Amino acid sequence: MSAPNAKPENPVPLEIHDLTVAYHKRPVLWGVDVEVPAGQLVGVIGPNGAGKSTLIKAAMGLLPVSSGWVKVFGRPVKDNLRRVGYVPQRETVDWDFPVSVMDVVLMGRYGHLGLFKRPRKEDREVARKCLEKVKMLPYADRQISNLSGGQQQRVFLARALAQESDLYFMDEPFAGVDAATEAAIVTILQELKDQGKTLLVVHHDLPTAKTYFDSLLLLNMRVVAFGPTEEVFNYDLLQSTYGGRLTILSEVADAVGAKAR
Amino acid sequence: MNPEPFIPAFNWQQHVIAPWNAELPITLWIVLMGFFVTASCGLVGNYLILRRMALVGDAISHSVLAGIAGVIVFTGHLQLTGLFIGALISGILTTVLIEVIHRYSRVKQDAAIGVTFTSLFALGVILISLQAGDVHIDEECVLYGEIVFVPLDKTKLSIAPALADVLRKMPGAELYVIGNQLVMATDVIRMGLVTLLVALLIWVFYKELLVSSFDPGLAFSLGINRNVIHYGLMSLLSVVVVSAFESVGAILVVAMLILPGATAHLLSPRLPVIMGLIVLHAALSTILGFHTAKWLDCSIAGALVVAGMGLFVLVWIFGIHDGLLGKWLRRRQVQEPDSNELAEPVA
Repeated sequence: MSAPNAKPENPVPLEIHDLTVAYHKRPVLWGVDVEVPAGQLVGVIGPNGAGKSTLIKAAMGLLPVSSGWVKVFGRPVKDNLRRVGYVPQRETVDWDFPVSVMDVVLMGRYGHLGLFKRPRKEDREVARKCLEKVKMLPYADRQISNLSGGQQQRVFLARALAQESDLYFMDEPFAGVDAATEAAIVTILQELKDQGKTLLVVHHDLPTAKTYFDSLLLLNMRVVAFGPTEEVFNYDLLQSTYGGRLTILSEVADAVGAKAR
Repeated sequence: MNPEPFIPAFNWQQHVIAPWNAELPITLWIVLMGFFVTASCGLVGNYLILRRMALVGDAISHSVLAGIAGVIVFTGHLQLTGLFIGALISGILTTVLIEVIHRYSRVKQDAAIGVTFTSLFALGVILISLQAGDVHIDEECVLYGEIVFVPLDKTKLSIAPALADVLRKMPGAELYVIGNQLVMATDVIRMGLVTLLVALLIWVFYKELLVSSFDPGLAFSLGINRNVIHYGLMSLLSVVVVSAFESVGAILVVAMLILPGATAHLLSPRLPVIMGLIVLHAALSTILGFHTAKWLDCSIAGALVVAGMGLFVLVWIFGIHDGLLGKWLRRRQVQEPDSNELAEPVA
């Protein structure tokens, strides 16, 4: 425990200490120690099954942890959920659910409303602005099942914006979206970062990871490396992250090589 | 000898008009009861559909039997509070057991549901057959219900003469105002109050129910406790089921939980509209079912469900959005795509 007078001002947005998570005795995350400073756009990179989604779910308290703790802005995460925004993987929800695009974005405002309270005029205004930002305002009254994959992801992003959180966890926001949506998401992530927000984004694609994020968290059950992209995005560290997977390694070689040449 | 035909001839006067005239004091309570049961079950069941747990409704409506029987065995009599407490305990027990079996064994959720409710139902059957205390439970009534008895048990409530005078001026007041007393069918009042409770809770917790049903992950990050919502919904379900029990029975309650919602979901993609349609479905299937039962002289509860099923099939075939007929017609005339359907907005 930290001393009471250690650093009362501007506590660290995300502090993960010795976090271990196991499913049926098999560890998925092992002794993860990470401290993310404010205003960082962090990509979480690693092979399938490396525990990337598990890390952000455990950090939010969505999963039971075997050991370790997580602090958000200096307090246990469950006491500070208000400041956390979450974008789950698109496939985790039922897109046939009988709600409109507007309804989904308004859900992001629920944290700002008390119990029993209905979304107010200003909440609708915020939701409309967020939809405008992701260029989905014309679709506000559409039923969500009529959306394409990219549009669904943008709606999720608009909802995250409407949450007006300080720390965001995003699980594969780029998975299965079109090029236009990918570009739109990158712009918005940068904007959020410029506003001083902290973002942890699970990402799959190595070549783009290098350009999208300022920092990378290389994860394979343990933290392989965490630091500025130009420092950690190198052949040795990526090799120890991905093990001996040939297809990915050649991709890595191309990506790293392109920079060296 | 002139054998009675299997299906009696339909007589508009006898089967549709007469129940609302000479038999009105009985008809009114039966139809109200049917409507309250179907509407409250449908509104709660809608959330079971949304949360993909329609089978849990099936489970709870069966295991509630064990709760009721248990209360009778341990207390020796059947009282309203005991009934509700027994139903709540068994409802929550079912939910917990399903969760525990699923989590601490290899058994998958659907199988865990199958294990839990059948065992609890069997336990209920055993307890009932013990015939404990001075209460006689009719197994048949528990399984199939008997809505016909609903108008028999009346509650009398004394009211101020001034109020009675005011009420007497309303049309149809002679049905429930006698002297300075309100006389109403006890079960119907109870079911009406339960329906009101359901509507009130859905209205109050609308957004919590919505977000936790649509996206549990987001609900968590908004600080909405998943367990509170889950067990709250299961408790409400138990209360609704136990109130609906004696009129429609354990088996038909299951149909009432899912049919209205399933029909409404075919008609509209908006939750508030769906809830309105559920109430409409409840009203229509009650009226249709009641008169069908009058005509065929059969179980009213059974006819209610069959009428609800009939509405479901009609909507399924002729539904405006994606009815079978519409789909078939659309396939025959593929339209030129709408221009804004094509273009993805570019950043």
